[in-house]
Order: sequence, then C-alpha cells, then structure tokens
Amino acid sequence: MTTVLLDDISFSHPDGGQLFHHLHLAIGSERVGFIGPNGSGKTTLFHIIMGLIKPDCGRVVMDDKVVADSKAWRQLRRQIGFLFQDADDQLFSPTVLEDVAFGPLNMGCDGPTAKSKAIATLNSLGLADFDNRITHKLSGGEKKLVALATILVMEPDILLLDEPTNNLDPATRERLVAILAKLNLPMVIISHDFDFLAKTTDVIYSLEHGHLHKSESIHLHTHPHAHVYGDHPHDHGG
Amino acid sequence: MNLECFSSGSSLMHRADVRCKIISAFFFSLVVALCHTLFAPVFALLIASVLLFLAHLPYMKVLKRLLMVNVFSLLFWLTLPFTVPGPLFMELGPLVISRPGLALAALITLKTNAIVLVVLALIATSGVAKIGHGLAALKLPSRFCMLLLFTYRYIFVLHQEYQRLRRAALLRGFRPATTMHTYQTYGNLLGMTLVKSWQRGVRVQQAMLLRGFQGRFYVLEGRRLAASDLALVALVFLSACGVVFMERLSSGGGWS
Repeated sequence: MTTVLLDDISFSHPDGGQLFHHLHLAIGSERVGFIGPNGSGKTTLFHIIMGLIKPDCGRVVMDDKVVADSKAWRQLRRQIGFLFQDADDQLFSPTVLEDVAFGPLNMGCDGPTAKSKAIATLNSLGLADFDNRITHKLSGGEKKLVALATILVMEPDILLLDEPTNNLDPATRERLVAILAKLNLPMVIISHDFDFLAKTTDVIYSLEHGHLHKSESIHLHTHPHAHVYGDHPHDHGG
Repeated sequence: MNLECFSSGSSLMHRADVRCKIISAFFFSLVVALCHTLFAPVFALLIASVLLFLAHLPYMKVLKRLLMVNVFSLLFWLTLPFTVPGPLFMELGPLVISRPGLALAALITLKTNAIVLVVLALIATSGVAKIGHGLAALKLPSRFCMLLLFTYRYIFVLHQEYQRLRRAALLRGFRPATTMHTYQTYGNLLGMTLVKSWQRGVRVQQAMLLRGFQGRFYVLEGRRLAASDLALVALVFLSACGVVFMERLSSGGGWS
C-alpha cells in the first residue's frame, strides 16, 4: 500500500493571498472527498502533491521517503493517477489508442504490450471499439472516461480526481460512480457534487481559509421536492 | 471547420498505405514541378485525373477546390502574357501579348492543377492523424511530426474557444464596424485566445509530464505493407517516368 504525506505545507499565490498554512494531510488509506469554495486551493493542493507546483515550505513524503529529486517525482507520478478537470488537456494524441498507450510506452513497455494494455483498460471501462476514434471528436462524457483510461492504464495506487462530474450527463455520472466503486483504490475527489461524494467516498474534508476540516459524518437527509419535468423523473435510490 | 472533407471513404486510394501515398505524391509532384515543356504536364494532368477517379471523391467539392486554386492561376494569366518579353502573339490596343508569356502561364496552370489533383487523390484521402504517423514512419524529424499532430489536435479546441468569446461579444450587442471599438474588441478576443492557448499548452505539458513523458515520443507499430501498396508506388513511379519521357521527347524541338 502506498501512502503519501503532505508535511507542513504552506503556499501563497505570487500575488499575495495565502492558500495553505502549515497543512498536514495523509492520503492512501481511504476514499476522501474535498469540498470548498472556488479559489480555496483544492486544485492547487493536487498540483503540490504531484510536484507540478513547489510549495513555499513543507515537503511531500511517499512511503516514508521525502520526494526530492526528479527521479522520486517520476516514481510518485507513476503511482498516483491525476484526472484533470478538463479532459481536453489530458487527451493530446490524435487517436484514443495512442493516448491510452502513451503512459505505458513512457514506462518502457514495447509497442504490442502497450497496445494490449491500452485495449484491456478501455474494455474494462466499457469503451471497447474506441481505440481508433479521433480524440477531439469524442463527446464530453466519452472524453472524461477515456481520460480516466489513460490514468488507469498506468496502474496507479492512488487516484486524484479533480471535479470529475463537471458537465457530465446523469447517465455518464452514474457510469462513473459504478466504475469508481469497482476500482477498489484509495482516492481523493474534489467535487461540489455532494451526492456524488456521498456515493464514492468514506470521509469528506472541507478546505477553508487554508485549513482542512474533517466533516465527521455525512448527514444525508431526504427532502420533498416537486418533479416539474415529470417526463424525465430521476431516481433517489430509496 | 473541417480539415478533412476528403478523408473518409473506402476507395482504392483511401485504403492504400499512407507512407506509400506520401512517397508517391512527393515523387510525382517533384517530377511535374521540374517540367519545362507543355506536353509533359498535360500527360501528368491525365494521370492525375485517373488517380483522382480511383479515389471516388465528391466531384462538386473537388471542382470547388480547383476553382480556388485557379483563382491564383488567373493572376498569372493576367500578368505574365504582358510582362514576359519575347516574340509577339497579338496586340490589344496599347497592350502587347507575348508568346512565351502565354506559354508560361499555361505551363504554370497545367502543373498546378496536376499537382493539386495528385495531392487530393493521394494525400487528402488520409486523415491528418494518419498523415502525421506516415511522416513519422518515414523518419521525418519527430518534432515536425509532433507539431503537425498537436496542431491538428488543438486547432479545433482553440477555434471553439475563440468562437465562444466571439459569441459572448455578439450576444452583448457587439456589431463589427470600421471603428476603433471594433479593432479594440477583436484585439481583445485574439489576445484572450492567445492567453488561453498558452495556459492550455501549460496544462497539456503537465498532463504529459504526469504520464512519464521524458522528451521522447514512441510510435505504435504501423501496419505492414500489402502488395497493393507497393503496386501503387510502382504505378505512380512508372507514370512519373512517362512524364519524364514526354518531357525529353518534346524538349527536342518545341515551345520554349
């Protein structure tokens, strides 16, 4: 099991505002949800974990070793899969197959191995026959699922998902819930979608004023509301 | 925006291997471009038409393309006959039309059309992604191929981003006119698109970094060449030899 520890992290924007103030966080054992207002630094925290942004002070520790040199960062990036907010940023190859095979090829797989790994991952996500599709012609939901495939094909130990349900239709959203439930991986999910977090995570933290607060228990309640669009009812699962 | 209006289809040309098509088109175009006589390009135009026929492309769209190209040829017809010195063909009032001028304009028109038809038949029948891979397989510099593929991947995204901004401006009552306000608005639109492209570039680079990119691209193995692919190369090569033969034959005593 891989664990990643954020130790005493502080970070301020170049233009002033402080985002984190001596923050501690351990990930790798459970499924965590992050909520917080826009601009509270949720995405920045992910970037710090992945080494895309250097914090003002503090360190990232993986499996009891401080991640310091580029080799250690490469290892960390291999073990943590980060799903971007915008799938268009993540899918840069012309065809789906090439995009999914990009990671394995960089990890040293030969062509045929990378190809079969990519196809197996696509199949496991219900994306069989997507391999020759042109990435920019996919729909928004398809792009999101293919982007997830590009991460999962690298066989990560932990997943970081940045607002994965943004702009997804209800069907694709449910598909994502089902996929994540089946994965059996520790993950951290940033989302404003409480219902989605309740379905996919064990604990929820809220990030406010540079500090993480644990929401001890998720309080789910029912509330009556009118279904105006009676032709398109939705299911409350209870 | 459609960059690949000829790339879908199942004709002989669509099914042929892209590497073979690139080599064939390059070689044929080179031979045609080097012709000096009028007879050889006519022959080349005939061959190109046959290749185009084999590609089963929609004729109206092809004609539209040719029309666009020949707008440029028209410029040559309007200038060269009056400017190239040489024996007189006829006089139009104060204007003098020279024979070599006419011949040159005809030569350029024939060559242009032959090359455009060959490129339509051989190159346009492959999607940009395939062409990029073909160029990479032919060992062109990988930076060049990647530039092509990334441009293809993101040109639509950037176009969409620009369209979104433009629509937002139109919805708030913006009407383009010849005013400072219009120039300023377009300047802002372009500027914002540039900034967004830059930011997207940064995010794409981060995505690549996170997936272990270390400055080297790997190409998945392509398909194997079939006998029909080699036959196509041979056919185009022989046709090009035919063009060279015609050139030799008619340059003995001819136009220029």
